[in-house]
Amino acid sequence: MTAPFPTHKQEEWRYADLEALQPVWEQFAEPVTLVVGAGEDLEEVWLPVADDVQLRRVRLALGEGAQARIFALNTAPVYGRIELEVSLAEEAEFELFGANIGGGLSTNEIVTNVKHVGVGGRSRQAIRSVLNGKAVGSYLGKVEVARGAQQTDAEQSVKAMLLDRGATANCKPELEIFADDVKCAHGATVGELDAMQLFYAESRGLDPMSARALLLEGFVMGLWDSAKDGDAIRTAAREALRKVV
Amino acid sequence: MLRIENLHATVADKPILNGVSLHVPAGEVHAIMGPNGSGKSTLAYVLAGRPGYDVSEGAATFDGRDLLAMEPHERAAAGLFLGFQYPVEIPGISYLQFLRESLNSQRRSRGEPELSGGDFIKLAREQAKLLEMDAEMLKRPVNVGFSGGEKKRAEMVQMGILNPRFAVLDETDSGLDIDALRIVGEGINRIMRGPGKGVLLITHYERLLEHVRPDRVHVLQAGKITRSGDIELARELENTGYAEAAA
Repeated sequence: MTAPFPTHKQEEWRYADLEALQPVWEQFAEPVTLVVGAGEDLEEVWLPVADDVQLRRVRLALGEGAQARIFALNTAPVYGRIELEVSLAEEAEFELFGANIGGGLSTNEIVTNVKHVGVGGRSRQAIRSVLNGKAVGSYLGKVEVARGAQQTDAEQSVKAMLLDRGATANCKPELEIFADDVKCAHGATVGELDAMQLFYAESRGLDPMSARALLLEGFVMGLWDSAKDGDAIRTAAREALRKVV
Repeated sequence: MLRIENLHATVADKPILNGVSLHVPAGEVHAIMGPNGSGKSTLAYVLAGRPGYDVSEGAATFDGRDLLAMEPHERAAAGLFLGFQYPVEIPGISYLQFLRESLNSQRRSRGEPELSGGDFIKLAREQAKLLEMDAEMLKRPVNVGFSGGEKKRAEMVQMGILNPRFAVLDETDSGLDIDALRIVGEGINRIMRGPGKGVLLITHYERLLEHVRPDRVHVLQAGKITRSGDIELARELENTGYAEAAA
């Protein structure tokens, strides 16, 4: 059975390019479910595919003490959406490192719902967006801490770099906490490249275009530092940046 | 080699340099000393082309070429190096990548062949070793997590790798302990002492000058060179301070 087609009135679809999604909705509608058993460890690298419209919907269930690290690059030419619903049992640990890289008229978004169900769960989400032209890059991240999920430690760090005045970054962290002994941190910045870093790079011989490309690479590449097998996503991110800058 | 004539410069419309004239011939090391706020760092930034440092009058030529008309990266390719007083951190980019791209960019614009990955790493290791810096540090992001002294030493490793013809070193000695000061001093001599090379060494203290031995010492006060002499002038300043030197 196919899920009903979403509308902009639904908060988690507010910035979506529904027009682009409509023709392919049937193929994507059902989320994929991943289960990581108690004490087990999962690392996933999500690379972009060649399609104009890309939608990845995943439900991730982490058992007691389970660990999951997701590295995701979202850089569809028209519309890309990564949607992730995560539940954490006691002492489970979840990390998401995601990038939106877009140019032209593209829309790329990462939408998460992280549910801390058990005691002592840890989640960390780091999202970096690089947007040029009239591109839109969004992060909508909901963190729910259930009653009794004490000592939860949840962190969201969201940074966007806009290379053109026509580009848009949306960032909406949302917290719903029903426990009193928790740590939930979130930070968001939207900025331009640092003038002093640019001058430093140029003073070493890099022309302004190359200096800019290098700094943007640094901005994004830090995401993949902890990946065990990060070569493919590093290469793909570099290529995506080259197209956009 | 470097000729500065009646240079006036403003930062955010505030005049900082008020007619600096200075000539550093090839093969010489000149030191610039001066109190805080006298314009030493502004002079360094103007020579390297930092945006926001506006020249309102005067000229600067490097080997007869109009330095002020060149972009920062063109000055670097021409052989000018600025050692930063506060080296900048660049997260996400390793020192090796940063310097390899910088060096090859310079070489391309000079019409020289690029250095291969292997040759570059060999060069980088060699230079790090000469400055007694752990070569493993070059794998780390540029200046991130480096102490003040490590950053300054890393600037000298950069200078060794890029091998410029002229270096403007802005308080490279600040933040260094006595051993590091000697190593950096020896580095400057090794990399920059030569017939076709020159150095403008900006410093507060005379100590580095005992290692590097400048050919001339100039005092910059209120945006102008007020005195020039040999190393004896630096020793005198160390004893008397700038207030008396101006009198």
